[in-house]
Amino acid sequence: MALDTVVIAQSTPDTVQPFAELGLKLDEYARIKEILGRRPTSSELAMYSVMWSEHCSYKSSKVHLKQFGEKAPKSDALLVGIGENAGVVDVGQGYAVTFKIESHNHPSFIEPYQGAATGVGGIVRDILTMGARPIAVMDPLRFGPADASDTRRVLPGIVAGIGGYGNCLGLPNIGGEVVFDETYIGNPLVNALCVGVMKHSDIKLAKAAGAGNLVVLYGAKTGGDGIGGVSVLASETFGAGGSTKRPSVQVGDPFVEKVLIECSLEIFAEDLVVGIQDLGGAGLSCATSELASGGSGGMKVALDKVPLRDPSLSPEEILMSESQERMCAIVEPSKINRFLEICKKWDVTVTVIGEVTDGDRLEITWNGEVIVNVPPRTVAHEGPVYNRPLAQPAYINQVNSQKVNVPMPSSAAEIKAAVLKLAGAPNLADKSWVTAQYDKYVQGNTIQAQPDDSGMVRLDESTHLGVAISTDANANWSYLNPYQGAKLALAEAARNIATAGARPLAVTNCLNFGSPEDPGVMWQFAESVRGLADGCLEMGLPVTGGNVSFYNQTGAVAILPTPVIGVLGVIQDVRKRTPMSYKTSGLELFLLGETKEDLAGSEWAFLHGQRVGQSPDADLAREMRLIELLLEGNTFFAAAHDLSQGGLSAGLTEMVLRHSVGATISLSNPAIDLLSETPGRVIVAIDASKISQLQALASKYSIAISRLGTTGGDSLTINDSVISLEELRTAHTSTFPRLFG
Amino acid sequence: MRVGVITFPGTLDDRDAARAVVAGGCEAVSLWHADADLKNVDAVILPGGFSYGDYLRCGAISRFAPVMQSVIEAAGKGMPVLGICNGFQVLCESHLLPGALTRNSDLHFLCRDQEIEIVNNSTPWTSSYKAGEKIVIPLKNGEGSFQCDDKTLAELEGEGRVIARYVGQNPNGSRNLIAGITNAHGNVVGLMPHPEHAIDELTGPSAAGLGFFTSILNAMVK
Repeated sequence: MALDTVVIAQSTPDTVQPFAELGLKLDEYARIKEILGRRPTSSELAMYSVMWSEHCSYKSSKVHLKQFGEKAPKSDALLVGIGENAGVVDVGQGYAVTFKIESHNHPSFIEPYQGAATGVGGIVRDILTMGARPIAVMDPLRFGPADASDTRRVLPGIVAGIGGYGNCLGLPNIGGEVVFDETYIGNPLVNALCVGVMKHSDIKLAKAAGAGNLVVLYGAKTGGDGIGGVSVLASETFGAGGSTKRPSVQVGDPFVEKVLIECSLEIFAEDLVVGIQDLGGAGLSCATSELASGGSGGMKVALDKVPLRDPSLSPEEILMSESQERMCAIVEPSKINRFLEICKKWDVTVTVIGEVTDGDRLEITWNGEVIVNVPPRTVAHEGPVYNRPLAQPAYINQVNSQKVNVPMPSSAAEIKAAVLKLAGAPNLADKSWVTAQYDKYVQGNTIQAQPDDSGMVRLDESTHLGVAISTDANANWSYLNPYQGAKLALAEAARNIATAGARPLAVTNCLNFGSPEDPGVMWQFAESVRGLADGCLEMGLPVTGGNVSFYNQTGAVAILPTPVIGVLGVIQDVRKRTPMSYKTSGLELFLLGETKEDLAGSEWAFLHGQRVGQSPDADLAREMRLIELLLEGNTFFAAAHDLSQGGLSAGLTEMVLRHSVGATISLSNPAIDLLSETPGRVIVAIDASKISQLQALASKYSIAISRLGTTGGDSLTINDSVISLEELRTAHTSTFPRLFG
Repeated sequence: MRVGVITFPGTLDDRDAARAVVAGGCEAVSLWHADADLKNVDAVILPGGFSYGDYLRCGAISRFAPVMQSVIEAAGKGMPVLGICNGFQVLCESHLLPGALTRNSDLHFLCRDQEIEIVNNSTPWTSSYKAGEKIVIPLKNGEGSFQCDDKTLAELEGEGRVIARYVGQNPNGSRNLIAGITNAHGNVVGLMPHPEHAIDELTGPSAAGLGFFTSILNAMVK
């Protein structure tokens, strides 16, 4: 095989290169030549192509995402913001928490188990890279119709992959979502969130500072997995004699990652690294160029030193390989021996592959010959930026002008049938079939997990400090109005934290959309970002980071705009949290918040095939007052449960089934009361002696309240409709086993 | 009283087991798989997890760890040993306990709150319970189906060596609903569910798992 070196590139300017096959546009290729003053070597071309891809460069989204910075609310909590591997917030008592959500959508469609598993692995490494011990994961998922045959292929594989990887890492899975819609067939969404904890002083950054410091690669050996498009380059450049094409979905080994986590935490504890970066998308290309950019820019790497699983890999493939479970650290020479010792203790492969230099070039050699010589910032941060055309799609006016027209129950029998139908609807049914495959107990700090409103973990056993996290998206509302949809998802996630008594503190997001080359999709995206940025500013919650996933589209059909919003909150004493349901009879049930006729985008409308009308407007000032009410009422609420998809009907179902204590409810307008999904509503259970206290709080925060009924009995009784807990439970719990075995 | 908790590469519940040991009133001592030194402990716990990534078979590689040679020797001399979940698998692979743990009958990993009945309360790990006492503790594993040949099963049942059984529907296909067993001498116990995750109601389904850890304190004080 002929090696393409910088020297050769200089002398052969006219060599034809497969830039288009690698996804680069002609003008992008021209820009690379301009930056370098010559044609790129094949290794450089590989690096630029993958780092300038949509996934790595955010080239279509950047111009919009900058709003998160421009509109950032003033926050004392933010320790590390957007741009690092994950944002870090101060949660008090010297603790810092880092959390982030990422998508692994496309690989999970192709190979559900490995795609989902490596999605978990990747986000966990991002959290570890900040210097934190990962302490929990969550997984918001979207699938095609529940009864579609491909969903039966994709869902079990994805769930098993998330469980298989996360369980083996010893990370409790504390929540997420499972939502079905036909637009996700062919485009399932696998979003993975991880949260980690550290002391303030332990925060690590991706920077290669200090000439003479060593570049150390540790973890798994490098193989040919995940090299995707680069095999094009190998075969084009080297002809048929090149290495064979390999699967482009990475294959994970959670055991290696678990050992890597423990090894890394021991290394961090002894303060042995100057900077650190995990190897995820774009592998070594990304890690070396980002580390070098984070420092002064100079770095030399001997690529031939990289330990390989497959010795036939070409330098281009090694640069691109997305083999999992690898980390790259910058280590002072005086600390390298201890670093190597700790790796040996954990049986982790470790190799010094280069050093930080004085210059401002990233130079990569192969057996002594220079194959890459680039300014690293041009690879990592100065990629193309597109202000893509956007236009409000025609469907918006069309659906907004229509009114939801669905049958509304009125008789006792119809009301009962509606409650049972919602209880068993795939989007609202019991998700134990999924969550039973996840370990929620490991680490011994899980306070809340699915089906609670939010996941909650304890950070400190002596002070009882904890954090709560919720992820939410309502794609139906985002479809009808992406600006409001994003705000509503933010409000819902924050409310889900507050029902337990945790104060919302910071936001992460995973923005899942169709093709950015479609102006309509681009408009949905821009509106969603604008809504989220405005919402975060109004609620005083900083965005700490996030992820964009475009091209979730089959042919001309894009997925529903699905901005998944994660909110993290702090609770000073986890022992004092408010649970989502009650265990005793004779409590009073109250609804906080007013119910309007909000059927547009509701589950009831969805079940009747209607996605029309106007989404509710987010009233964030009111949401914030409701949050304050919840936090103050935490001292006397026996239970508090957020109402969202499925409205009061779903909320009551979940509450009465949780501890098998029924309720008797009296409603003046049962159809709307049960089925409407007006945002900003919460059910609370209180002792009868606390009614005046609740009324005083409601008046203080100007939140409407209404009495729903009392707890007790072995049925959910709504006016004249009596639904036994047994039949309600059967409806709620039989859906997933029936669909997925 | 010093109770050792072994960490193998891939062990997950070591910190949880140590917390439970302390909650039970003993001192928790970390033991490392590659170190044969048992550090003068009075009892040993092999916690749950995926030691060596379950490569080959669950527990099959861990049994060769230097620390296990010491554990096997100490167990032979009567030291109380408790293997939870993956620890149970390691004890079977080490031939300290008979039988094997195979994949759950429905082939899924299963995490749920499981009712079990303490059948034998005469071991150093179960003496805090009444015989026949029912408790709810987490069950979480992919390979928790206890299997053995008929002769072994007859021995286990005949000698009263089943220490705990699942109550209700069989969660994983274990023979005779077996959740835990002990050796002929009664000092080595293997248990599939996780008592260390049920030491308080804040983080577990109950506090009823604590009995395993108060039992060992009582056994050693006697």
